[in-house]
Amino acid sequence: MANYPNEAFARQQVAMITSVVEYLGKGTLRHVEYVGELTMQLTAAVGSLWRTLPFAGSRSRWRSTVRQMLAVGVDAFPMVGVMAVCAGFILAMQGASELRRFGAINLVIDLVSIGFTRELGPLLAAIAVSGRSGSAFSAEIGSMVVTEEIDALRTMAINPVEFLLAPKYLAMLITLPCLSILSDACGIVAGGLFMLFSTHMALGVYLRDVAQSIMLRDVLLGLLRSLVFATIIVQVGGLEGFRVRGGPDAVGRSATAAVVKSTFLVILADLGFTAIFYLIEGK
Amino acid sequence: MREPPAEPMISVRDLVVSYGGRRVLDGINLDIARGETMVLLGGSGSGKSTLLRHIIGLEQPGAGRIVVNGIDLASSAHKDLQKLRRSIGVAFQNAALFNSMSVADNVALPLREHTRLAESTISLMTRMKLAVVGLAEFGSYSPQELSGGMKKRAAVARALSLDPEILVFDEPSAGLDPIVGAELDDLILALKRAFSMTVVVVTHEMASAFRIADRMAMLYQGSLIAVGTKEELKSSQHPRIRQFLDRVSDPIVDAHKIDAFFEQYLKGGLT
Repeated sequence: MANYPNEAFARQQVAMITSVVEYLGKGTLRHVEYVGELTMQLTAAVGSLWRTLPFAGSRSRWRSTVRQMLAVGVDAFPMVGVMAVCAGFILAMQGASELRRFGAINLVIDLVSIGFTRELGPLLAAIAVSGRSGSAFSAEIGSMVVTEEIDALRTMAINPVEFLLAPKYLAMLITLPCLSILSDACGIVAGGLFMLFSTHMALGVYLRDVAQSIMLRDVLLGLLRSLVFATIIVQVGGLEGFRVRGGPDAVGRSATAAVVKSTFLVILADLGFTAIFYLIEGK
Repeated sequence: MREPPAEPMISVRDLVVSYGGRRVLDGINLDIARGETMVLLGGSGSGKSTLLRHIIGLEQPGAGRIVVNGIDLASSAHKDLQKLRRSIGVAFQNAALFNSMSVADNVALPLREHTRLAESTISLMTRMKLAVVGLAEFGSYSPQELSGGMKKRAAVARALSLDPEILVFDEPSAGLDPIVGAELDDLILALKRAFSMTVVVVTHEMASAFRIADRMAMLYQGSLIAVGTKEELKSSQHPRIRQFLDRVSDPIVDAHKIDAFFEQYLKGGLT
């Protein structure tokens, strides 16, 4: 050591670099593990879906699915509706403030109807439901982990994913597309009200123009997005719940993590969809 | 002429379990015969709950073999494991009842999931199981409305739902007053006599253990230090067993260590 006064410093530098590499490596492994667990859970959930259906499966599972549809879908109507109306007004006003400079304020109709059916309708519904239901799923399942109820299910030879998650998944696959349509409708109506107040355009005329600019393809693609968003919200919420280890504070953290991760993945998936359709359209 | 000993109901061989580098169970060898009541004793952190979790199939062993009713837990097909699980009834420490369902629905759950019985039959069987544990009138209650002792009894009713061959109790008297604890002991003894089940109980309540056990196994820091009848354990001179039975505490405060700490502190030797 006496011969090499810089050796200690060099060792310190090497330690810093290796710790960064370690950190990156551990982080990557954690994410890969997460994706793996998510995939396995999704496979199990999809495999259990048929047992959740009304005639093919068990009646108690279907009853559970119906209860979930009420909680996830029907109870979310007011929130999704209000959010969509607000977003409709925002989009119309922002669009109008620029378009009127070119005397093209009527293009607001296209902006709102295409913007909502292609993009905003499904996305807003998914974000609302992710906050409401994603956190509820992870908190419910997480507290069942803490109280050994999940262990009890396993010892009774009942698959927790099939019992708990599949009904929620089927319910979400049915209700989120419905909420997307609701969101589309509310956004478009908001646009119509804006046009009524700003240009005194009759609602009937507005709706006729909307009908001309909407494409069925956009509505259907929006519904397809909803199915993917539904999968993300339920699977992430479920996985965060099943991964809880510890006490009530861990349950709280899992609820937060469920909302944050599912919202992030929903937006990421939306980007993916949009990019794919953009490239396909461009050809 | 003595008959050859029958195949044990539960057989644990060289079980080793480690969590994060720490050996929780170190080479456990244990046989539980058909129809006997085995009590697993041990202090906190001795590994008895871990051993129980492995026997009921909630965890996979790191090394070693566990055979329950002829089924090897580590190497059997999923279908066989599920069939085995249906023949084991487990009453968890905190009852683990599902709060979203009534007590009757909790007890009926295994029947609804695993049988094709008519609803009326399930209803009747559920009432019978609840009657066995003294909760016949409480079927429509929700678990939050029950006292601690009643919850535990409801958990036992649920464990009995599919008429299991093995009944497992995790700390049945934990958190109960002595009277209710004694009631639960009586229930276990009655079930034993009526149904000739193999019963495994994890507990650290000595009075309860000596009442219900046929044989006892004592764990200490992950190893089995004794397996035998009640009389054998009572007369054992092993220091740890004696300490456990006689309720003698370990010294919690090491006066020398504290002296040394403050000496060093006062000399300014701590950074």
